[in-house]
Amino acid sequence: MRHDIIFAGFGGQGILFSGKVIAYAGMNENKNVSHLPSYGPEMRGGTANCHVIVADEEIASPIIVDATSLVVMNGPSLEKFENSVVPGGKIFVDSALISRKVERTDVDEYRIPATKMAHDMGLGKLANMIILGKVVKETGIFTFEQLEGAMKKMVPASRPELLENNMKALKAGYDYAE
Amino acid sequence: MSDKVLMKGNEALAEAAIRAGCRHFFGYPITPQTEVSAYMAKKMPKIGGVFLQAESEVAAINMVYGAGGAGARVMTSSSSPGISLKQEGISYIAGADVPCVIVNIVRGGPGLGGIQPAQSDYFQAVKGGGHGDYHLPVLAPSSIQEMVDLTSDAFDIADRYRTPVMIMGDGMLGQMMEPVEFKESQQVALPEKDWATTGTGMKRKKNIINSLFLTPNELEALVLERQKRYEQIAANETRYDMVDPEADIILVAYGTTSRIARTAIAMAKEQGLRVGLIRPITLWPFPFEAFEKSLADGKRKAFLSVEMSTGQMVEDVRLAVNGRADVHFFGRTGGMVPTPAEILEQIKLIAGGNK
Repeated sequence: MRHDIIFAGFGGQGILFSGKVIAYAGMNENKNVSHLPSYGPEMRGGTANCHVIVADEEIASPIIVDATSLVVMNGPSLEKFENSVVPGGKIFVDSALISRKVERTDVDEYRIPATKMAHDMGLGKLANMIILGKVVKETGIFTFEQLEGAMKKMVPASRPELLENNMKALKAGYDYAE
Repeated sequence: MSDKVLMKGNEALAEAAIRAGCRHFFGYPITPQTEVSAYMAKKMPKIGGVFLQAESEVAAINMVYGAGGAGARVMTSSSSPGISLKQEGISYIAGADVPCVIVNIVRGGPGLGGIQPAQSDYFQAVKGGGHGDYHLPVLAPSSIQEMVDLTSDAFDIADRYRTPVMIMGDGMLGQMMEPVEFKESQQVALPEKDWATTGTGMKRKKNIINSLFLTPNELEALVLERQKRYEQIAANETRYDMVDPEADIILVAYGTTSRIARTAIAMAKEQGLRVGLIRPITLWPFPFEAFEKSLADGKRKAFLSVEMSTGQMVEDVRLAVNGRADVHFFGRTGGMVPTPAEILEQIKLIAGGNK
Protein backbone atom coordinates (compact mmCIF):
# COMPACT_ATOMS: atom_id res chain seq x y z
CA MET A 1 0.00 0.00 0.00
CA ARG A 2 0.97 3.59 -0.50
CA HIS A 3 -0.91 6.76 0.41
CA ASP A 4 0.30 10.26 -0.51
CA ILE A 5 -1.86 12.72 1.39
CA ILE A 6 -1.66 16.51 1.36
CA PHE A 7 -3.30 18.38 4.25
CA ALA A 8 -3.82 22.11 3.75
CA GLY A 9 -5.61 25.00 5.42
CA PHE A 10 -4.97 28.08 7.54
CA GLY A 11 -2.29 28.10 10.21
CA GLY A 12 -3.95 27.27 13.54
CA GLN A 13 -6.46 24.75 12.19
CA GLY A 14 -4.32 21.82 13.27
CA ILE A 15 -3.29 20.93 9.73
CA LEU A 16 0.20 19.76 10.73
CA PHE A 17 -1.24 17.79 13.62
CA SER A 18 -3.69 15.96 11.34
CA GLY A 19 -0.76 14.89 9.23
CA LYS A 20 1.17 13.88 12.31
CA VAL A 21 -1.66 11.58 13.43
CA ILE A 22 -1.58 9.77 10.09
CA ALA A 23 2.23 9.54 10.13
CA TYR A 24 2.22 8.33 13.72
CA ALA A 25 -0.47 5.72 13.07
CA GLY A 26 1.50 4.53 10.04
CA MET A 27 4.64 4.17 12.13
CA ASN A 28 2.60 2.33 14.75
CA GLU A 29 1.57 -0.17 12.05
CA ASN A 30 5.19 -0.70 10.93
CA LYS A 31 4.81 1.28 7.72
CA ASN A 32 7.37 3.67 6.30
CA VAL A 33 6.19 7.22 6.84
CA SER A 34 7.28 10.80 6.19
CA HIS A 35 5.74 14.10 7.26
CA LEU A 36 6.94 17.20 5.46
CA PRO A 37 5.47 20.51 6.69
CA SER A 38 5.49 23.88 5.02
CA TYR A 39 7.33 26.35 7.21
CA GLY A 40 8.09 30.03 7.50
CA PRO A 41 6.04 33.10 6.58
CA GLU A 42 3.83 30.98 4.32
CA MET A 43 2.23 29.69 7.54
CA ARG A 44 1.15 33.12 8.76
CA GLY A 45 -2.21 34.00 7.25
CA GLY A 46 -1.59 31.94 4.14
CA THR A 47 -1.86 28.24 3.70
CA ALA A 48 -0.21 25.79 6.07
CA ASN A 49 0.25 22.39 4.55
CA CYS A 50 1.98 19.11 5.04
CA HIS A 51 2.82 16.17 2.83
CA VAL A 52 2.35 12.80 4.49
CA ILE A 53 3.37 9.52 2.88
CA VAL A 54 2.55 6.11 4.33
CA ALA A 55 3.97 3.20 2.38
CA ASP A 56 5.05 -0.41 2.53
CA GLU A 57 8.15 0.35 0.49
CA GLU A 58 10.92 2.78 1.37
CA ILE A 59 10.02 6.41 0.76
CA ALA A 60 12.41 8.19 -1.59
CA SER A 61 11.27 11.77 -2.11
CA PRO A 62 9.07 13.02 0.75
CA ILE A 63 7.62 15.70 -1.54
CA ILE A 64 4.26 14.69 -2.94
CA VAL A 65 3.87 15.34 -6.64
CA ASP A 66 0.84 13.10 -7.20
CA ALA A 67 -1.44 13.09 -4.16
CA THR A 68 -3.77 10.13 -3.68
CA SER A 69 -5.78 12.25 -1.24
CA LEU A 70 -6.11 15.94 -0.48
CA VAL A 71 -7.66 17.44 2.64
CA VAL A 72 -8.52 21.14 2.41
CA MET A 73 -9.78 23.39 5.19
CA ASN A 74 -9.81 26.73 3.37
CA GLY A 75 -10.54 28.10 -0.07
CA PRO A 76 -6.97 29.07 -1.08
CA SER A 77 -5.81 25.51 -0.36
CA LEU A 78 -8.35 24.05 -2.75
CA GLU A 79 -7.16 26.50 -5.43
CA LYS A 80 -3.55 25.63 -4.77
CA PHE A 81 -3.73 21.84 -4.55
CA GLU A 82 -6.78 20.71 -6.55
CA ASN A 83 -4.56 19.82 -9.50
CA SER A 84 -2.04 17.91 -7.36
CA VAL A 85 -4.43 14.99 -6.98
CA VAL A 86 -4.11 11.94 -9.23
CA PRO A 87 -7.10 10.95 -11.38
CA GLY A 88 -9.26 8.69 -9.22
CA GLY A 89 -7.92 10.36 -6.08
CA LYS A 90 -9.96 11.78 -3.21
CA ILE A 91 -10.50 15.37 -2.13
CA PHE A 92 -11.89 16.05 1.35
CA VAL A 93 -13.41 19.50 1.76
CA ASP A 94 -14.51 21.28 4.94
CA SER A 95 -17.81 22.44 3.44
CA ALA A 96 -18.51 24.77 6.35
CA LEU A 97 -15.59 26.92 5.18
CA ILE A 98 -15.42 26.25 1.46
CA SER A 99 -18.55 26.85 -0.58
CA ARG A 100 -17.18 26.09 -4.00
CA LYS A 101 -17.25 22.56 -5.32
CA VAL A 102 -14.27 20.69 -6.63
CA GLU A 103 -14.04 21.46 -10.33
CA ARG A 104 -12.35 18.27 -11.41
CA THR A 105 -14.59 15.44 -12.50
CA ASP A 106 -11.96 12.69 -12.39
CA VAL A 107 -11.65 12.66 -8.59
CA ASP A 108 -14.00 11.78 -5.72
CA GLU A 109 -15.14 14.74 -3.64
CA TYR A 110 -16.17 14.31 -0.01
CA ARG A 111 -17.82 17.34 1.58
CA ILE A 112 -18.09 17.43 5.35
CA PRO A 113 -19.01 20.53 7.39
CA ALA A 114 -16.29 19.75 9.93
CA THR A 115 -15.89 23.21 11.43
CA LYS A 116 -19.67 23.54 11.98
CA MET A 117 -19.87 20.02 13.42
CA ALA A 118 -17.02 20.75 15.84
CA HIS A 119 -18.78 23.92 16.94
CA ASP A 120 -22.14 22.18 17.39
CA MET A 121 -20.57 19.33 19.34
CA GLY A 122 -18.65 21.69 21.60
CA LEU A 123 -15.39 20.32 20.27
CA GLY A 124 -13.83 23.73 19.70
CA LYS A 125 -10.87 23.40 17.39
CA LEU A 126 -11.20 19.71 16.54
CA ALA A 127 -12.62 20.16 13.03
CA ASN A 128 -9.31 18.77 11.80
CA MET A 129 -9.96 15.50 13.67
CA ILE A 130 -13.53 15.28 12.34
CA ILE A 131 -12.34 15.54 8.75
CA LEU A 132 -9.51 13.13 9.52
CA GLY A 133 -12.04 10.53 10.67
CA LYS A 134 -13.70 10.80 7.26
CA VAL A 135 -10.32 10.45 5.53
CA VAL A 136 -9.52 7.27 7.42
CA LYS A 137 -12.95 5.84 6.61
CA GLU A 138 -12.90 6.61 2.89
CA THR A 139 -9.27 5.78 2.16
CA GLY A 140 -9.23 2.66 4.32
CA ILE A 141 -5.67 3.58 5.27
CA PHE A 142 -6.26 2.34 8.84
CA THR A 143 -9.09 0.72 10.74
CA PHE A 144 -10.74 2.87 13.39
CA GLU A 145 -9.17 0.64 16.03
CA GLN A 146 -5.69 1.25 14.60
CA LEU A 147 -6.37 4.97 14.64
CA GLU A 148 -7.53 4.78 18.24
CA GLY A 149 -4.43 2.79 19.19
CA ALA A 150 -2.21 5.48 17.71
CA MET A 151 -4.12 8.30 19.42
CA LYS A 152 -3.78 6.57 22.78
CA LYS A 153 -0.02 6.57 22.36
CA MET A 154 0.14 10.13 21.05
CA VAL A 155 -1.96 11.90 23.65
CA PRO A 156 -0.27 12.12 27.06
CA ALA A 157 -1.89 9.85 29.65
CA SER A 158 -2.12 12.86 31.96
CA ARG A 159 -4.71 14.43 29.65
CA PRO A 160 -7.53 11.85 29.37
CA GLU A 161 -10.07 14.53 28.38
CA LEU A 162 -7.92 15.38 25.34
CA LEU A 163 -7.99 11.79 24.15
CA GLU A 164 -11.72 11.54 24.76
CA ASN A 165 -12.50 14.70 22.75
CA ASN A 166 -10.18 13.75 19.91
CA MET A 167 -11.75 10.30 19.67
CA LYS A 168 -15.24 11.82 19.73
CA ALA A 169 -14.27 14.08 16.82
CA LEU A 170 -12.63 11.28 14.85
CA LYS A 171 -15.68 9.06 15.35
CA ALA A 172 -18.08 11.81 14.24
CA GLY A 173 -16.12 12.19 11.01
CA TYR A 174 -15.75 8.45 10.54
CA ASP A 175 -19.52 7.92 10.87
CA TYR A 176 -20.56 10.99 8.88
CA ALA A 177 -22.74 10.30 5.88
CA GLU A 178 -23.32 13.05 3.32
CA MET B 1 8.14 -0.94 16.39
CA SER B 2 7.56 0.58 19.81
CA ASP B 3 11.20 1.65 19.95
CA LYS B 4 10.70 4.09 17.09
CA VAL B 5 9.69 7.68 17.64
CA LEU B 6 8.33 10.18 15.15
CA MET B 7 10.56 13.25 15.24
CA LYS B 8 11.41 16.38 13.35
CA GLY B 9 14.95 16.39 11.94
CA ASN B 10 16.13 19.32 14.05
CA GLU B 11 14.85 17.77 17.26
CA ALA B 12 16.15 14.30 16.45
CA LEU B 13 19.58 15.76 15.77
CA ALA B 14 19.55 17.59 19.12
CA GLU B 15 18.47 14.45 20.97
CA ALA B 16 21.18 12.45 19.22
CA ALA B 17 23.79 15.01 20.29
CA ILE B 18 22.69 14.72 23.91
CA ARG B 19 22.83 10.93 23.70
CA ALA B 20 26.33 11.24 22.24
CA GLY B 21 27.38 13.03 25.42
CA CYS B 22 27.05 16.62 24.29
CA ARG B 23 26.46 18.68 27.43
CA HIS B 24 27.25 22.12 26.09
CA PHE B 25 25.28 23.90 23.39
CA PHE B 26 25.73 27.49 22.31
CA GLY B 27 23.49 28.89 19.61
CA TYR B 28 21.52 31.72 18.18
CA PRO B 29 18.12 31.20 16.57
CA ILE B 30 17.65 31.25 12.82
CA THR B 31 15.10 29.56 10.57
CA PRO B 32 15.07 26.70 9.58
CA GLN B 33 17.14 25.25 12.45
CA THR B 34 15.68 27.00 15.50
CA GLU B 35 14.17 23.76 16.83
CA VAL B 36 17.69 22.51 17.57
CA SER B 37 18.18 25.39 19.99
CA ALA B 38 14.66 25.09 21.36
CA TYR B 39 15.14 21.39 22.08
CA MET B 40 18.49 22.02 23.77
CA ALA B 41 16.97 24.84 25.84
CA LYS B 42 14.31 22.44 27.09
CA LYS B 43 16.53 19.41 27.69
CA MET B 44 19.96 20.62 28.80
CA PRO B 45 18.94 22.10 32.17
CA LYS B 46 17.25 18.78 33.08
CA ILE B 47 20.40 16.75 32.57
CA GLY B 48 22.90 19.11 34.10
CA GLY B 49 24.06 20.42 30.72
CA VAL B 50 24.54 23.95 29.52
CA PHE B 51 22.29 25.66 27.00
CA LEU B 52 23.19 29.22 26.22
CA GLN B 53 21.60 31.49 23.69
CA ALA B 54 24.49 33.75 22.83
CA GLU B 55 24.21 37.38 21.79
CA SER B 56 25.30 36.48 18.28
CA GLU B 57 26.62 33.63 16.15
CA VAL B 58 30.13 35.03 16.56
CA ALA B 59 29.82 34.78 20.33
CA ALA B 60 28.33 31.29 20.12
CA ILE B 61 31.18 29.83 18.05
CA ASN B 62 33.75 31.34 20.42
CA MET B 63 31.94 29.78 23.37
CA VAL B 64 32.21 26.49 21.48
CA TYR B 65 35.94 27.15 21.10
CA GLY B 66 36.26 27.65 24.86
CA ALA B 67 34.19 24.65 25.92
CA GLY B 68 35.87 22.40 23.35
CA GLY B 69 39.26 23.59 24.55
CA ALA B 70 38.30 22.52 28.06
CA GLY B 71 37.56 19.05 26.67
CA ALA B 72 33.75 19.19 26.64
CA ARG B 73 31.60 17.61 23.95
CA VAL B 74 30.13 20.77 22.48
CA MET B 75 27.89 21.73 19.59
CA THR B 76 26.50 24.80 17.89
CA SER B 77 23.97 24.99 15.10
CA SER B 78 22.81 27.60 12.68
CA SER B 79 21.70 28.14 9.12
CA SER B 80 23.61 29.65 6.22
CA PRO B 81 23.92 33.39 7.13
CA GLY B 82 24.71 32.41 10.72
CA ILE B 83 27.33 29.90 9.58
CA SER B 84 29.01 32.67 7.56
CA LEU B 85 29.30 34.68 10.78
CA LYS B 86 30.92 31.71 12.52
CA GLN B 87 33.68 31.24 9.94
CA GLU B 88 36.39 33.15 11.78
CA GLY B 89 35.79 31.06 14.87
CA ILE B 90 35.75 27.83 12.86
CA SER B 91 39.15 28.66 11.36
CA TYR B 92 40.53 29.40 14.86
CA ILE B 93 39.08 26.14 16.20
CA ALA B 94 40.60 24.19 13.30
CA GLY B 95 43.91 25.99 13.88
CA ALA B 96 43.85 25.13 17.57
CA ASP B 97 42.87 21.46 16.96
CA VAL B 98 39.76 21.68 19.11
CA PRO B 99 37.04 19.05 18.59
CA CYS B 100 33.45 20.27 18.23
CA VAL B 101 30.37 19.77 16.08
CA ILE B 102 28.86 22.52 13.93
CA VAL B 103 25.44 22.03 12.34
CA ASN B 104 24.38 23.89 9.21
CA ILE B 105 20.73 23.48 8.20
CA VAL B 106 21.19 25.20 4.88
CA ARG B 107 18.78 27.77 3.42
CA GLY B 108 18.87 29.71 0.17
CA GLY B 109 21.49 32.43 -0.26
CA PRO B 110 23.57 34.50 -0.75
CA GLY B 111 23.05 37.21 1.85
CA LEU B 112 20.03 36.71 4.03
CA GLY B 113 18.58 34.85 1.05
CA GLY B 114 15.47 32.90 1.94
CA ILE B 115 14.46 30.24 4.41
CA GLN B 116 13.62 27.35 2.10
CA PRO B 117 15.97 24.36 1.58
CA ALA B 118 19.22 24.77 -0.35
CA GLN B 119 22.62 23.16 -0.85
CA SER B 120 24.39 26.32 -1.91
CA ASP B 121 26.81 26.27 1.05
CA TYR B 122 28.71 23.28 -0.38
CA PHE B 123 31.74 25.33 -1.40
CA GLN B 124 31.82 27.09 1.95
CA ALA B 125 31.63 23.80 3.84
CA VAL B 126 34.12 21.73 1.86
CA LYS B 127 36.53 24.27 0.41
CA GLY B 128 37.34 26.23 3.54
CA GLY B 129 34.81 28.84 4.56
CA GLY B 130 37.28 30.36 6.96
CA HIS B 131 40.86 31.21 6.09
CA GLY B 132 43.90 29.00 6.12
CA ASP B 133 44.98 25.47 5.24
CA TYR B 134 42.27 23.44 6.89
CA HIS B 135 39.38 21.10 6.19
CA LEU B 136 36.20 20.24 7.99
CA PRO B 137 34.88 16.72 7.78
CA VAL B 138 31.35 17.38 6.46
CA LEU B 139 28.59 14.80 7.01
CA ALA B 140 25.45 15.02 4.87
CA PRO B 141 22.49 12.93 6.06
CA SER B 142 19.55 12.18 3.77
CA SER B 143 17.00 10.96 6.31
CA ILE B 144 16.13 11.71 9.91
CA GLN B 145 17.51 8.33 10.98
CA GLU B 146 20.78 9.12 9.27
CA MET B 147 20.84 12.54 10.93
CA VAL B 148 20.71 10.74 14.26
CA ASP B 149 23.37 8.18 13.37
CA LEU B 150 25.76 10.71 11.84
CA THR B 151 25.47 13.06 14.82
CA SER B 152 26.95 10.41 17.05
CA ASP B 153 29.67 9.74 14.45
CA ALA B 154 30.40 13.46 14.17
CA PHE B 155 31.36 13.71 17.84
CA ASP B 156 33.57 10.63 17.59
CA ILE B 157 35.35 11.90 14.47
CA ALA B 158 35.86 15.28 16.15
CA ASP B 159 37.42 13.70 19.22
CA ARG B 160 39.47 11.09 17.37
CA TYR B 161 41.14 13.54 14.99
CA ARG B 162 40.90 16.73 17.10
CA THR B 163 38.94 18.62 14.48
CA PRO B 164 35.73 20.58 14.15
CA VAL B 165 33.16 18.50 12.23
CA MET B 166 30.20 19.85 10.30
CA ILE B 167 26.81 18.21 9.84
CA MET B 168 25.18 19.70 6.78
CA GLY B 169 21.45 19.29 6.28
CA ASP B 170 18.92 21.57 4.67
CA GLY B 171 15.63 23.14 5.61
CA MET B 172 13.67 20.13 4.47
CA LEU B 173 15.62 17.64 6.60
CA GLY B 174 15.43 20.01 9.55
CA GLN B 175 11.67 20.40 9.36
CA MET B 176 10.40 17.01 8.24
CA MET B 177 9.37 14.17 10.53
CA GLU B 178 10.25 10.50 10.11
CA PRO B 179 10.42 7.56 12.50
CA VAL B 180 13.79 7.27 14.20
CA GLU B 181 15.40 4.78 16.48
CA PHE B 182 18.04 5.81 18.99
CA LYS B 183 20.33 2.83 19.11
CA GLU B 184 22.51 2.13 22.12
CA SER B 185 25.76 3.69 21.03
CA GLN B 186 28.73 1.42 21.22
CA GLN B 187 31.51 2.85 23.29
CA VAL B 188 34.38 3.45 20.92
CA ALA B 189 37.88 3.89 22.23
CA LEU B 190 38.86 7.53 21.83
CA PRO B 191 42.15 9.18 22.71
CA GLU B 192 42.31 10.81 26.10
CA LYS B 193 42.00 14.60 25.99
CA ASP B 194 45.31 15.22 27.72
CA TRP B 195 45.65 18.48 25.79
CA ALA B 196 42.51 20.06 27.32
CA THR B 197 42.69 23.09 29.59
CA THR B 198 41.19 21.45 32.64
CA GLY B 199 43.43 22.98 35.33
CA THR B 200 46.88 21.67 36.15
CA GLY B 201 46.11 20.84 39.79
CA MET B 202 49.78 21.81 40.24
CA LYS B 203 50.57 18.33 38.88
CA ARG B 204 51.33 18.89 35.22
CA LYS B 205 52.55 21.51 32.79
CA LYS B 206 50.07 24.04 31.50
CA ASN B 207 48.03 23.12 28.42
CA ILE B 208 47.66 26.02 26.02
CA ILE B 209 44.98 26.24 23.32
CA ASN B 210 46.07 28.68 20.67
CA SER B 211 46.10 29.26 16.93
CA LEU B 212 48.78 31.97 16.77
CA PHE B 213 52.25 30.77 15.72
CA LEU B 214 54.54 33.57 14.53
CA THR B 215 57.51 31.40 13.62
CA PRO B 216 56.91 30.15 10.05
CA ASN B 217 58.68 26.79 10.38
CA GLU B 218 56.77 26.04 13.57
CA LEU B 219 53.46 26.91 11.88
CA GLU B 220 54.36 24.90 8.80
CA ALA B 221 55.13 21.85 10.91
CA LEU B 222 51.77 22.15 12.68
CA VAL B 223 49.87 22.57 9.41
CA LEU B 224 51.65 19.58 7.88
CA GLU B 225 50.92 17.44 10.92
CA ARG B 226 47.27 18.40 10.54
CA GLN B 227 47.37 17.46 6.84
CA LYS B 228 48.51 13.98 7.91
CA ARG B 229 45.43 13.74 10.10
CA TYR B 230 43.30 14.83 7.13
CA GLU B 231 44.82 11.98 5.14
CA GLN B 232 43.85 9.57 7.91
CA ILE B 233 40.32 10.99 7.92
CA ALA B 234 40.12 10.49 4.15
CA ALA B 235 41.35 6.90 4.53
CA ASN B 236 39.16 5.95 7.49
CA GLU B 237 36.06 8.11 7.48
CA THR B 238 34.98 8.55 3.86
CA ARG B 239 31.36 7.47 3.51
CA TYR B 240 29.06 7.01 0.55
CA ASP B 241 26.15 5.01 -0.71
CA MET B 242 25.76 3.57 -4.21
CA VAL B 243 22.81 2.25 -6.18
CA ASP B 244 23.57 0.31 -9.38
CA PRO B 245 27.01 1.89 -9.98
CA GLU B 246 27.26 0.01 -13.29
CA ALA B 247 24.25 1.72 -14.83
CA ASP B 248 24.66 3.71 -18.05
CA ILE B 249 24.05 7.02 -16.35
CA ILE B 250 24.99 7.78 -12.74
CA LEU B 251 23.30 10.52 -10.75
CA VAL B 252 25.38 12.11 -8.03
CA ALA B 253 23.37 13.71 -5.25
CA TYR B 254 23.49 14.14 -1.48
CA GLY B 255 21.02 14.90 1.29
CA THR B 256 17.47 15.79 0.33
CA THR B 257 18.34 15.87 -3.36
CA SER B 258 19.49 12.24 -3.30
CA ARG B 259 15.99 11.21 -2.24
CA ILE B 260 14.39 13.07 -5.10
CA ALA B 261 17.01 11.52 -7.38
CA ARG B 262 15.95 8.05 -6.20
CA THR B 263 12.37 8.79 -7.24
CA ALA B 264 13.62 10.01 -10.63
CA ILE B 265 15.70 6.83 -11.01
CA ALA B 266 12.59 4.69 -10.39
CA MET B 267 10.68 6.72 -13.00
CA ALA B 268 13.54 6.29 -15.49
CA LYS B 269 13.52 2.55 -14.92
CA GLU B 270 9.84 2.42 -15.87
CA GLN B 271 10.84 4.02 -19.18
CA GLY B 272 13.58 1.48 -19.78
CA LEU B 273 16.51 3.66 -18.73
CA ARG B 274 19.13 2.23 -16.40
CA VAL B 275 20.29 4.93 -14.00
CA GLY B 276 22.39 4.55 -10.86
CA LEU B 277 23.25 6.80 -7.94
CA ILE B 278 26.35 7.79 -6.02
CA ARG B 279 25.37 9.50 -2.79
CA PRO B 280 28.25 11.14 -0.95
CA ILE B 281 27.63 10.93 2.80
CA THR B 282 30.89 12.70 3.58
CA LEU B 283 31.15 15.75 1.33
CA TRP B 284 34.68 16.19 2.65
CA PRO B 285 36.40 13.84 2.35
CA PHE B 286 34.72 13.46 -1.05
CA PRO B 287 34.15 9.78 -1.92
CA PHE B 288 36.51 9.49 -4.90
CA GLU B 289 36.59 5.74 -4.30
CA ALA B 290 32.93 5.42 -5.34
CA PHE B 291 33.77 6.94 -8.72
CA GLU B 292 36.79 4.67 -9.17
CA LYS B 293 34.56 1.65 -8.56
CA SER B 294 31.90 2.92 -10.92
CA LEU B 295 34.39 3.80 -13.65
CA ALA B 296 36.48 0.63 -13.32
CA ASP B 297 34.96 -1.20 -16.31
CA GLY B 298 35.13 1.88 -18.58
CA LYS B 299 31.49 1.60 -19.56
CA ARG B 300 29.89 4.60 -17.86
CA LYS B 301 28.27 6.98 -20.30
CA ALA B 302 27.70 10.00 -18.11
CA PHE B 303 27.42 11.38 -14.60
CA LEU B 304 24.77 13.92 -13.65
CA SER B 305 25.27 15.99 -10.51
CA VAL B 306 21.92 17.10 -9.10
CA GLU B 307 22.02 19.84 -6.50
CA MET B 308 20.05 22.61 -4.89
CA SER B 309 22.66 25.11 -6.09
CA THR B 310 23.91 26.51 -9.39
CA GLY B 311 26.62 23.86 -9.55
CA GLN B 312 29.06 23.36 -6.69
CA MET B 313 29.55 19.66 -5.99
CA VAL B 314 29.72 19.13 -9.76
CA GLU B 315 33.30 20.48 -9.60
CA ASP B 316 34.30 17.61 -7.30
CA VAL B 317 32.42 15.19 -9.55
CA ARG B 318 34.53 16.43 -12.48
CA LEU B 319 37.71 15.94 -10.45
CA ALA B 320 36.60 12.43 -9.55
CA VAL B 321 35.58 11.46 -13.08
CA ASN B 322 38.66 13.18 -14.50
CA GLY B 323 37.61 13.06 -18.13
CA ARG B 324 36.65 9.39 -18.18
CA ALA B 325 32.95 10.12 -18.86
CA ASP B 326 30.72 13.11 -19.54
CA VAL B 327 29.75 15.15 -16.51
CA HIS B 328 26.47 17.05 -16.53
CA PHE B 329 24.78 19.28 -14.01
CA PHE B 330 21.21 20.02 -13.06
CA GLY B 331 20.17 22.22 -10.18
CA ARG B 332 17.54 24.48 -8.74
CA THR B 333 18.44 27.18 -6.27
CA GLY B 334 17.11 29.94 -4.03
CA GLY B 335 14.98 27.52 -2.03
CA MET B 336 13.50 25.74 -5.04
CA VAL B 337 13.65 21.95 -4.82
CA PRO B 338 14.13 19.97 -8.05
CA THR B 339 11.21 17.72 -8.97
CA PRO B 340 11.66 14.09 -10.01
CA ALA B 341 10.14 14.99 -13.40
CA GLU B 342 12.76 17.69 -13.99
CA ILE B 343 15.56 15.26 -13.18
CA LEU B 344 14.01 12.62 -15.43
CA GLU B 345 13.95 15.14 -18.27
CA GLN B 346 17.71 15.69 -17.85
CA ILE B 347 18.29 11.93 -17.77
CA LYS B 348 16.40 11.57 -21.04
CA LEU B 349 18.38 14.39 -22.66
CA ILE B 350 21.62 12.68 -21.68
CA ALA B 351 20.37 9.25 -22.75
CA GLY B 352 19.35 10.76 -26.09
CA GLY B 353 22.87 12.02 -26.67
CA ASN B 354 22.25 15.72 -26.01
CA LYS B 355 24.62 17.62 -23.78
